[in-house]
Amino acid sequence: MRIEEHPVLEFKRGKKVYFTYDGEKLEGYEGETIAAALHAAGVKVLSHSDRNRPRGFYCAIGNCSSCFMEVNGVSNVKVCIEPLREDMDVKTQKGKGKIV
Amino acid sequence: MKNVELLVIGGGPAGLCAAISAAEAGVDVLLAERDEWLGGQLVKQTHMFFGSEKQQASVRGVDIGKILVKKVEDYKNIEVMENATVLGLYEDGVVTLQQDGNYVKVHPKSVVITTGASEKTLVFPNNDLPGVYGAGAVQTLMNVYGVKPGNKVLMVGAGNIGLIVSYQLMQAGVEVEAIVDASPNIGGYLVHASKIRRMGIPILTRHTVKEAIGKEALEAAVIWELDDKWQPIPGSEKKLDVDVMCISVGLTPLSELLWQIGCRMEFVGELGGFVPIRNDKLQTSLDGIFVAGDVAGVEEASSAMVEGSLAGLSASSYLGYKIDVEKELERDYLNQLSDLRSGPVGEKIRQGLAKALISQEVTNPGQGS
Repeated sequence: MRIEEHPVLEFKRGKKVYFTYDGEKLEGYEGETIAAALHAAGVKVLSHSDRNRPRGFYCAIGNCSSCFMEVNGVSNVKVCIEPLREDMDVKTQKGKGKIV
Repeated sequence: MKNVELLVIGGGPAGLCAAISAAEAGVDVLLAERDEWLGGQLVKQTHMFFGSEKQQASVRGVDIGKILVKKVEDYKNIEVMENATVLGLYEDGVVTLQQDGNYVKVHPKSVVITTGASEKTLVFPNNDLPGVYGAGAVQTLMNVYGVKPGNKVLMVGAGNIGLIVSYQLMQAGVEVEAIVDASPNIGGYLVHASKIRRMGIPILTRHTVKEAIGKEALEAAVIWELDDKWQPIPGSEKKLDVDVMCISVGLTPLSELLWQIGCRMEFVGELGGFVPIRNDKLQTSLDGIFVAGDVAGVEEASSAMVEGSLAGLSASSYLGYKIDVEKELERDYLNQLSDLRSGPVGEKIRQGLAKALISQEVTNPGQGS
């Protein structure tokens, strides 16, 4: 759900890029955060906790660690501040993720 | 190891102003910012600021950010490190950072810490469901990335952030079902509250969240009324079909670096939590370590900017720079701050500062606090 018209703001979006989310091909704009691109595509659940509770972002500025996902094979990436790039492989994280 | 005169940690309103003020005095400044860009949370502030002309009143926060960033870029003696997270401050004066996966060591002669604040959360069942977001998070999503958080929102907290974000949600075409606040009074400015009420959004004081409902994400919220003793009244429950809940119950200073280096800290509820004890020049209990902005006590961006300028000036003076108009500048900043904190709106801040402000002897880092 993107805002197309706004009374005050004009959104300068980067070039359209494709990425995968749990194997599914999604589109977003380069430079926006992974969380923003996922939210625009209707994805709110970013991970599941150790007790299998769904997790989304909370602060969206890199403080709270609620938005961890696996990005290009690396666990615990703060997707609320990580910029989206072409062909990124984004996966829902389980628990603490793979540390090594 | 990189030797610098002044390290400013954080490129938000306070940090930018601290860097500018010190650079103006001739100091070589290194400005470290965690994000990929400067401006901090000004980037999402699409509303016009209050205060007076000196704090750029009636200019939108996002534009104030651009003006400050431009100034920083114009100074040859400010070096900016973006994407650089400060990891620790040590007793021997060394500061460690991580930038783009590299470990960097810096040795500054003085430090201004302007790390800002983070949003508090609220305790109720299922408060961890996706769809329950900090109000500032929703502001970032909407105003920076142009993405709607959902269709229908319950705003929790009628302080300035709650009111302003509610208005901005409406601007973005998102429905705001209601604003609730546990307090009997609206905490934010009445000019904001009136604007919201004119748009037909109910502001329910003495109401709080009983629980959030949903399986994988928020599907509904139950609110209930509070009595005179702030206790929930059974039977007063109302279920609201909302897919987003914004929590706007205040912020708390991001004070980890202050704790780590051993600044004397005090819990001051009025300022958002633990804050550093500081003198009127914004020096902490540690020699050469200054603070400004929300990390020193949660306030408005306007006062963060003035504090930044003051801390930058104090650090320049600490570093031995002779500034002709130092006393005049200092008096001007202090006057601006007392103006911003005047009247009934600033009462809480004034009470808080009275507990955090002392003219104490400073100690050297590493010699205890």
